Amino acid sequence: MAEIEKIEYWRWTESNWKNPEIPDWHGMLITAGVDIGSTSTQAVILADGVPYAYSNMRTGSNSPDSAIGAINWAMKDTGLTLEDLTYTIGTGYGRVNVPFSNKTVTEITCHARGANYIYGPSVRTILDMGGQDCKAIHCDEKGSVTSFMMNDKCAAGTGRGMEVIANLLAVRVEDIGELSFQIDEEPAPVSSTCVIFAKSEATKLMRSGWTKEKVLAAYCHAMALRVVRLLERNGMELDFAITGGIAKNIGVTRRIESLMGIKALTPTWDTQIAGALGAALIGKELVEKKRAKEA
Amino acid sequence: MITAGIDCGSQNTKGVIMKDGKIVAMALLPTEFDADLAAQRVYEKAMSEAGITKADVDRLVITGVGREIVKWGDAEINEVGAAARGAKFVIPDTDTVIDMGADSCRVIRLNEDGTVMKYEVNDKCASGAGTFIEAMARALQITTEEMGDFSLRHTKELATNAQCVVFAESEVISLIHAKETREDIAYGVHMGIANRIASMIRRVGLSDHFTMIGGPAFNKGLVSCMAKVFGRDIKVPDNNQFVSATGAAIFGAEN
Amino acid sequence: MLANYGYEDGSGHYYIKIDTAKCAECADKGCIAACPETLFVTELDDFDDEVVLIREDARNTLQTSCATCKANGEKELCSAACASNAISFSW
Repeated sequence: MAEIEKIEYWRWTESNWKNPEIPDWHGMLITAGVDIGSTSTQAVILADGVPYAYSNMRTGSNSPDSAIGAINWAMKDTGLTLEDLTYTIGTGYGRVNVPFSNKTVTEITCHARGANYIYGPSVRTILDMGGQDCKAIHCDEKGSVTSFMMNDKCAAGTGRGMEVIANLLAVRVEDIGELSFQIDEEPAPVSSTCVIFAKSEATKLMRSGWTKEKVLAAYCHAMALRVVRLLERNGMELDFAITGGIAKNIGVTRRIESLMGIKALTPTWDTQIAGALGAALIGKELVEKKRAKEA
Repeated sequence: MITAGIDCGSQNTKGVIMKDGKIVAMALLPTEFDADLAAQRVYEKAMSEAGITKADVDRLVITGVGREIVKWGDAEINEVGAAARGAKFVIPDTDTVIDMGADSCRVIRLNEDGTVMKYEVNDKCASGAGTFIEAMARALQITTEEMGDFSLRHTKELATNAQCVVFAESEVISLIHAKETREDIAYGVHMGIANRIASMIRRVGLSDHFTMIGGPAFNKGLVSCMAKVFGRDIKVPDNNQFVSATGAAIFGAEN
Repeated sequence: MLANYGYEDGSGHYYIKIDTAKCAECADKGCIAACPETLFVTELDDFDDEVVLIREDARNTLQTSCATCKANGEKELCSAACASNAISFSW
């Protein structure tokens, strides 16, 4: 499906996964969620509400194709076809472009439900740094949204913002976190209001002799500051959890934790699937409600 | 009286020498990573063109973002004061100056006597400045200098939505995938900036005689879109990049 | 649910907050007609309640859209028109 091309620093590892503990899905309620983001697309398939298979890949230039590609990759080697999906929900920026979906639900609602599954019912504040946006979400113990605040105007605090520094320093996005801690002491941050200015500052720092690692630290520090501002504006209530690709970047997550003096929960699943997972769970609930009514 | 002005911009450093109220020399060099060195070199270049030495200069005034670093002038003036004086000097009926540089944009409303009535500065967001145009030119795979011509050849009134340079790059790429022409996309990019500047203009109040200075003013497509959005003619002086340095030199001759 | 629509950039933090629980109780939705920039639209939310939101293409330019209304110095036209007190501003 996805070939590994020559090094493109922004490219994180695309993946698909099948649950080894569910050998046969027949007789189980199969629901699916497809989250088409501006940058990445995930498809999650649940069997009786437990993750059975999923895929995570870069969104292409055509949203419907991305949706179909994602679900096919998730279904690969499972024997499933689209007809076996009892209910599918599309979410994310491209949610109206999931041709085989039964319903669309906003990503805010899906993320909260997905985070509730991945992190447990104690989670109350969720940070999702998407490809082109940054969301602060509050939810209750059931994973229902109680408040949200999103910024999609500005690249600072988003995945694209991290890709900019990855390209500038020729470092893989997945390596940024580790490298940003290979320093003697934490440097002052670069601009936290604008990725473009942060990038020019980073360039000047490199020229003035800073190591790559130190520049990454300054950049991650700036992105963390930006995100913390959003979290504080929306209010921080424990437990705190992070979803989306950025959850895998310790360069940003650890700095957020130390700036706020709190610890984020540890995930049990790939944090990038939170939206699609939540969508599939909501699909399951809708099917069960319908069946209960008809019974 | 001989005065000199050096405008230390983030991309280019400009120097102007004036003698008895007339411009006698201009010089420009890229700032690169050493604003101090660039300023020294530009000063040398301008003096050599004017056929003078440091001893002949009565007052040297520094302006531009690099004045934080370049401290060897006789005086300093901020970008608003420099742009206002320079624009009024080259185009006397100016009542609003749009000064767009690589990283920032200023909209300055002038009183009749040329003093500053009100101004708005955007130096926090690169999408209202020259960097935005450069980045979009890269995404379109044309030069920054070609953006103007492409935009003027548009056939469709394409609108762009992204407010951020980084997102706008992705937007341009999807427009290309959607088979929009580069001409129409360049037009859309310029209209986007024009609308952002328009909100700054609304805050200082719309006047009648606009002058635009700074590197991006060379972009005829951008100027045309701005004129359309504001409903006003926009004059771009020759040597528009040197207007702020001229303003600094004029300040040097004051009091 | 408290829905915040807007943005933050270098110039500041501009969000309009809508309390959707209060909004769902309102049949009039007076804010829609009251806003001179037609910022408000209705939709059926994920819980099947009819609520208002700020239209998507307007969310990132709120400072400009609301400038004239806010310059009047009184309460914003939308909050004044809202019978349920569901609308508030971060600036």
